[in-house]
Amino acid sequence: MDEPETGPGGGGAGPEPIDELGKRTGMWFFLFTELLFFGGMFLLYSIYRYKFAADFHRAAADESLALGSINTGILLTSSLAMALAIAAVRRGEIRRSIRWQRTTIWLGVVFLVIKGLEWGGKIARGIYPNGPTLLTLKNGEIIFFGLYFTMTGLHALHVLIGIAVIAFMVRFTKRGVVGPGRYARLENTGLYWHFVDIVWIYLFPLFYLIT
Amino acid sequence: MTEPLAPRTEPPFWVNTGRRRGLAAWMMSTDHKRIGIMYLVALLLFFSVGVFFGFLMRLNLLSPGAFIKAQTYNELFTMHGLIQIFLFIIPGVPVAFGNFFLPILIGAQDVAFPRLNRLSWWLYVTGAVIVLLSLVIEGKPPDTGWTFYAPYSIRTPANLSLAVFGVFVLGFSSILTGLNFVVTIHRLRARGMGWFRMPAFCWTLYATGWVQMLATPVLAITLVFIILSRVFGVGFFDPTRGGDPILFEHLFWAYSHPAVYIMLLPAMGIISEVVPVFSRKSLYGYVPVALSAIGIAVIGYAVWGHHMFTSGMSDTARVIFSFLTFLVAVPSGVKVFNWVSTLYKGSIKLDAPLIFALSFIFLFSIGGMTGLIIGSLAPNLHVHGTYFIVGHFHYVMFGGAGFAILTALHYWFPKMTGRMYNERRAKLGWLFLFVGFQFLYFSMFILGYKGMPRRYFDYPPEFRTLNIVSTVGSWILISGLIIIAANLLRSLRHGPTAPRDPWGGKTLEWRIPSPPAAENFRTPPVITDGPYDYGPE
Repeated sequence: MDEPETGPGGGGAGPEPIDELGKRTGMWFFLFTELLFFGGMFLLYSIYRYKFAADFHRAAADESLALGSINTGILLTSSLAMALAIAAVRRGEIRRSIRWQRTTIWLGVVFLVIKGLEWGGKIARGIYPNGPTLLTLKNGEIIFFGLYFTMTGLHALHVLIGIAVIAFMVRFTKRGVVGPGRYARLENTGLYWHFVDIVWIYLFPLFYLIT
Repeated sequence: MTEPLAPRTEPPFWVNTGRRRGLAAWMMSTDHKRIGIMYLVALLLFFSVGVFFGFLMRLNLLSPGAFIKAQTYNELFTMHGLIQIFLFIIPGVPVAFGNFFLPILIGAQDVAFPRLNRLSWWLYVTGAVIVLLSLVIEGKPPDTGWTFYAPYSIRTPANLSLAVFGVFVLGFSSILTGLNFVVTIHRLRARGMGWFRMPAFCWTLYATGWVQMLATPVLAITLVFIILSRVFGVGFFDPTRGGDPILFEHLFWAYSHPAVYIMLLPAMGIISEVVPVFSRKSLYGYVPVALSAIGIAVIGYAVWGHHMFTSGMSDTARVIFSFLTFLVAVPSGVKVFNWVSTLYKGSIKLDAPLIFALSFIFLFSIGGMTGLIIGSLAPNLHVHGTYFIVGHFHYVMFGGAGFAILTALHYWFPKMTGRMYNERRAKLGWLFLFVGFQFLYFSMFILGYKGMPRRYFDYPPEFRTLNIVSTVGSWILISGLIIIAANLLRSLRHGPTAPRDPWGGKTLEWRIPSPPAAENFRTPPVITDGPYDYGPE
């Protein structure tokens, strides 16, 4: 306890070196808060799934397994692209890194488009919160689709935010703000993107595979 | 140990050196001291608004219906709760005093993420403005009570979505502040400042930071559910659509009980700073005090069910929640015993900060002890939803967190402003506040025990006398607050110049000038000793 670890910025005067570890720590803490944010939704899901097991089973048949699987593949690939972008910047391959970052963005956009198609199909058939068809269904199914729109909607919002942040990272990488030796921002963006990916890994079975 | 670290050669932190002037120089500043001061001003402003609403509520209960209509009364107690809880006491100690003093106390120049800190401040202002907008824009102000219980919160025609969104934004601000402080404590402690050499206040901020990070998101998602239910008709809490309103209560209290410790833990930290300084003794049992902060934070997560003993819960769950509620009293008790033991055989100097701190210990003990009464299952059935609860949480929140803020305000006033306040007026204000407090809130215990329900606009004649006592108490209490505020405001301009260390404190903030310069330390301090070095007994 006598020799504590101290951050490079600790009490120092003058120009301070960037505390990369501190930034990563902060990002992990932020992901904890995100986890609990989604945790509230997963809690609701488990309780209602327990209460309305049969209704959930029936309602899940409405989901398109093909589109869901494709989206899972796309998001996993985008995570790979993100990881490759970070690896490239670490080695100083700036142009390759930018290419991988752009790939991540485009895969994210494709994911959102497919998600939009799924939503559009449901909304056209009157299946949305307060929708005419939905209100004729059983209570458990109403809750299922309520959860579906809430959870995939908030997940999509996170994807959208992720795309915007990566777009900024592309700029930063071009201007040299992100580069070899100072890539904490890009790494944190990657952490966030992987987190969004992991949330989907759980959403996919909960909505598409339970039927 | 108390030699100055730097002589007064640089201007105070409030002198603008950049190109920005006036308000912009403050709003755009990333200096933790400026941000702390801005928070403090905003908090006290909102506090006065909240007090004013409380005053109106008591005025109505003096003679129900004579001054205020029933619907207005519902709106008043809702806004009183919203403002005092979300705008004042939850951000409270950490954002004002934590921002100003945490970096100084651990020997750092600023928090770990200064720009994130500024973002927290902007979010706080935005959230507060949104909440207050719901009061003044067209339509009715929120009337659900600050707890937003479903299903009424889904159905009320009031401007609830706006207020709920404001609270969501405030929650975001709170999360980012907690995150910032935790990383700051991990990464920016000065050389030699080991974990167990940190002042106790830093320990409580550390525990609070974790609670802010791990509890607030649960509230955030719950508030999102409310908005989705109101705007899109998602029926999570609507029984006609398969939803369950009790789930809302669970989710809400899963945040809002830990939130009680967001309010109280740093308040306890302040008391742990003030008591040693004014008894000229080391904090008795420093390590247990530090660790009890973590203990309270951990157990505090698992007690939310005691808000819902009458809502419908299995007996097993009720027994477990009741047991855990008793358990959380243990670390709180550890703190009270340690403060009292610090005073024992100390060379006590009864200045205003210590008087406020002693009042905290007294009022918090009453609040805590009555908390055990309502935390046990049988008495809870009797007093649930009555004025007993209102009395209890005002003793804990106002008598606890509120008095701690007043303690800190007087203790650190010389450091923050460079001026001394008038000691005699401070004590006079305290006297009015303390006496009025007992009249106002102790009568609520009796009223509640006799069965007067909370949040009611009217009452049968047998409750009249105690209600008059309580309302008169509110007038005495407010006179005290006015005396305290007038004294401090006058001292800002006319108070004598404060010395570097007016109280004989040993922690780092007393070793730099009053007020500090923009750069806290010219050279990074090296810590060689514990925080309360008052020598052998």
